[in-house]
Formats: sequence, structure tokens, C-alpha cells
Amino acid sequence: MKKLFGLLTIFTMFLLGACGSATLEGEQSDESEKVAEISPDEMTIGLSISTLNNPFFGQLQEGVEDKAEENGTTVRTVDAQDDTATQINGIDDLIQQGVDVLLINPVDSDAITPAIESANAAGIPVITLDRSSEGGEVVTLIASDNVQGGEMAAEHIVELVGENAKVVQLEGTPGASAANERGEGFNNVANEKLDVVDSQSANFSRSEGLTVMENLLQSNSDIDAVFAQNDEMALGAIEAIEAAGLEDIVVIGFDGNEDALAQIEEGRLDATVAQQPYEMGSLAVQAAYDYVSGKDVENVISSPLELMTAE
Amino acid sequence: MEAKSKSITQTKAKRSELFRKLGPLIALIVLVVVVTFLNTNFINPTNILNLLRQVSVNALIAFGMTFVIITGGIDLSVGSTLALSGALTAGILAAGVPPVVAIFAGLLIGAALGLLNGIVITKGKVAPFIATLATMTIFRGLTLVYTEGNPITGFSDDFTFLFFGRGYLFGIPFPVVLMAIAFGILFVLLHKMTFGRKTFAIGGNENASYIAGIKSDRVKYTVYAISGMMSALAGLILTSRLNSAQPTAGTAYELDAIAAVVIGGTSLAGGKGRIVGTLIGALIIGTLNNGLNLLGVSSFYQQVVRGIVIIIAVLLDRKK
Repeated sequence: MKKLFGLLTIFTMFLLGACGSATLEGEQSDESEKVAEISPDEMTIGLSISTLNNPFFGQLQEGVEDKAEENGTTVRTVDAQDDTATQINGIDDLIQQGVDVLLINPVDSDAITPAIESANAAGIPVITLDRSSEGGEVVTLIASDNVQGGEMAAEHIVELVGENAKVVQLEGTPGASAANERGEGFNNVANEKLDVVDSQSANFSRSEGLTVMENLLQSNSDIDAVFAQNDEMALGAIEAIEAAGLEDIVVIGFDGNEDALAQIEEGRLDATVAQQPYEMGSLAVQAAYDYVSGKDVENVISSPLELMTAE
Repeated sequence: MEAKSKSITQTKAKRSELFRKLGPLIALIVLVVVVTFLNTNFINPTNILNLLRQVSVNALIAFGMTFVIITGGIDLSVGSTLALSGALTAGILAAGVPPVVAIFAGLLIGAALGLLNGIVITKGKVAPFIATLATMTIFRGLTLVYTEGNPITGFSDDFTFLFFGRGYLFGIPFPVVLMAIAFGILFVLLHKMTFGRKTFAIGGNENASYIAGIKSDRVKYTVYAISGMMSALAGLILTSRLNSAQPTAGTAYELDAIAAVVIGGTSLAGGKGRIVGTLIGALIIGTLNNGLNLLGVSSFYQQVVRGIVIIIAVLLDRKK
């Protein structure tokens, strides 16, 4: 016990003595001057992806790599495997390699802040993809215009089943920015042209989409259409609708993932508002080129959306 | 003649003992040399500090895990303990409690969660694997309940708390300093004090140690409490560093910690092991992660390489 006590005392003294030389990450240097011009074929881009196990982000990565390859730019990719700490470590490694630009697709908008501050301190410009960052300095955010997508979905429902049709909405995870924005866009149109009888969260999950839709079918008769804020919930809702023996309810999803596109071809899903991750990646690389060559880059760049139907 | 052959076997035994101790260290040195050869950026002091900071979280968890594994047990709940104590500490900070108090509260929460493991294992006579598998899901579930599935943010702009995960002391990242302190204390505890000898005795032969008068239940409570507290310390570092408490933080961290312990030469059967080995094991895993990133190896291949290194380490350990 005495040994342990002695050790503790030494450490405490060490800590007290060191108080004067304590600093925080991202505080040491301040070289946020304009980046030197680099031509695309001399440039190295560091790409941090939230997870490569999701095909959406796989396509995003392809978009970045193809666009970069066309122009002779080197890309270094690190995969965060959906873990915030792994992502920060990966970005630190990219900063160590001295990449010229960082493209970051954050796992979480808050937790990414320290990594972006580190990049700022190292004077490396940052572009975020699909999800924003709460803090730090970012050149631009490349993301789909979710509000516009929600409006597109509502307009399509009006086209298919007419004005004042009875509609229910399956919302995404409460508080998620995609859920808020898609809902906002949908309501912009639906409040005027449709009769929204119920709106409940199914957390972006297929299994919850199934159970929530079952409940909605119990409590509401003669529903004409369903808007699900992502494809997974839409696919769950279809199962519930078919199990209840109902067929002429229009279902529209959001994202355009492979499963949803296949279901549209089979005629089970009516439409989906497709995001274009490949395009998103390509736009991010273009923004990087524009920024280092001194052109003005907008704060937010909308990646295009497309309404996918059976035709 | 007889004496001569005896001395030969003795030197042989000594040599293999030396190899057992130095094996992981040699592996680490080889790895460092190879990675440096392929990318000289690796050996930059800033990258080494960066690497040590990346290692600190896994190393802290693995230090605690070493005690547990030496008693012949296992602790699968470390990742969930990390998340739950991190989230609760964020909540305590958000309530306006001074950071130093909140940090100590967080460590105590971790120790209490570990103690709970110890009680289930000893009083309930549940196998450590099953007991901690159960508490792993319980703690994760409680984290999700408490955070409602969303990250907790904006709880503290206080320098003391931010310093915990993001600070530098004499240019050394503070998590690395914490790792060094924890290592020093736990080294003394395990290798220089009676408590350590009891820990080894239980893992070697629990019945014999019982006859020898060692109260194995008490030792186990302490061992699991240490593991919980180390996880909580890692959780506090992450919470500070990420500026948010993530409900999914620490998922699958138990595997990296167990890997570090095993690579370091501690036997999963219990009774044998060294905390220095665990530190080296954690450094090997960290060097692989950092080095493979610097070399631009695809993350899919990285997982394959990490698995192969674990198998090689265990095989080398058995050969001698």
C-alpha cells in the first residue's frame, strides 16, 4: 500500500507542476490562411466514410474515386465502420499523411467537430458529405435537398390519388435532420392539397414500419396513400398492407436503395425519391477543385434528387 | 554428466522464458520498422503521439481486462460499461456539477457496474462469459434508455472536462498521460503487492488458493470493479474527445481489449500473464490500425490482417 501511495504522490506532483503547460487540441496553431493552389493531378484527397457496409456510402465512395481518377488525383480512403471514435482516429491519420483536402461523411454531426477543428488547425480545407458538422470550419456541405424531396413525394401522391386524399406518414428517427427536413417538405404540400390523417415514427426501420403500419390500418379505414420517410419503412408498410388484404394503397418511399428499386419493378412499391450518392461524391471532388483554384464555393451544394417510378 | 544436462535444460528453460517475455516486444519492433520502411511519415513524432492517443482507450480497457483474464474470467461488458458511464457522466455534467466531481462520479459508476458483474459471478455462481454477456446487453440497453437513442451533446464547455480527452501536457496528449498513470498503478498492484499474488493464485488453482486462505470472492469483486473503472475512464476520454456521449460508443471494444491481452502473452486459461505484455499488445493493434491507414490499405483488408496477427501471436506463444 505504501508503494502505491508513493506512486500516487509522485503523479499528483507531476500533474500540479505541469498545469502551466496545458493546452487543448486544435489550439496550438492558427494557419487558416488561403490554401496554396494545387493542380488536380498533384492533389491528394483524404476521404473518411461513415461505413462502407451500406451500399449508399459505397456508391458515394465510387463517385469520389471515379471523378478523382479522371483528373489524376490520388484518393486515400478510411472507413469509420459507423464508430465515431474510429472516424476521428482515421481523420487524424489522414492529416498525418498531409492530404490536401479532406472529404468527410460524418457518422455523427456533433462528434465530428473535434476532427474538423484538428483539420482547421492543420490548415486542411474540409468538405462534408451527406451529413453536416455542428462545429469547426467547413468549406461546403454536399447533401440532397430533403425538403425538396418531401415536396416531390407529396406532389406525386396528389397526381396518383387526387387532392384531399387520405394520407398517413411514417416518420424517421425523431430529431434526425433527414426526418425533420423530409417531413417539412412533405407537409409544405400535403397541408394544402392532402388530408394527413396520421403521422407516426417508425425510426427508419423496416420491422418498425411493419408494426406501425399495422396499427395505423387498425385505427384508420380507407387510407389512400402512405409516405414513408425512407425506403426501409416503406417496404415494411407494404408487408402490413398486403397482409391486411388491401391492395390499392399508394406507397412512396425515399432514398432509392436497391431493394426499393426492385420492388418498384415488381409493382409492389409505387415510387421512391431517389438520392444520388454517386453524384454526391462527384460534386464533392468538383467542389474541392473549385476551392483550391480560388473559385467561390457555396456553403451548401444540393445533390440532385430523382423520382423513380415504374415507367 | 547429470549436472551438465541439467544446466543445459535450465538454460533452455531460461531462454524460452526470455523469449516468452520478449516475443511481443520483438513483434512490435519488427512491425514499427516495416511500417516506417514503407512510409516514413509513420515515425514522425506527431504521428507517434497521435498513435499513442489512439491506443490509450483500448489500452486502458485492456489493462483492466488483464486482471480479469488472469483470474480465469472474462469481461464482455466493457464496451457497454464505457457507453453507460460516459452517458451518465454527460448527464451529471449537464446538471451543472463541477467537472472534477463528475469525473470521479463517472469512475465510481464504472466501478459499481464492474462490482455488479463480480457479484453475479461469485454469489450467483454464473460463468463470467454468461454473466458479462448478460450485463453487456443490459448496460447497452440502459444506455439507449437513458439517451433515448440520441447522442448527448452540449453538456460542457469547461476546460477541465475538455482537457481530459483533448488536452496536451508538455506536448503529450492527456489521454496518453492517463494511460501511463494507470499503467504505473496497475503494474504495482499486479506484480508488487499481495493483491496481485492473490489474483494469480485464483487463476492458477482456485481450490488450492481457497485452502490457502485466500478469500477469492473479494479478490474477484475488486478485479471486476477495476475492469469497470478502467472502462469508465476510457469512456470519459471518448466523451470528452468526441464532445458528445454516443449511445453506441464502445461497441465491440471488448474484442480489441481481449486481443491486446492475448497478443501480450496472457493466458486465457488464467494464472499467467503480464500487464506489460498487454500494453505491447495494445501498441501492436494500434500500430497496425494507424500503419495500415497511412499505407492506404483498404479497410476491408485491414480486418483480415488484424485477425492474422492475432493468430500468429497466439501460435508463437504456444510454440515456445
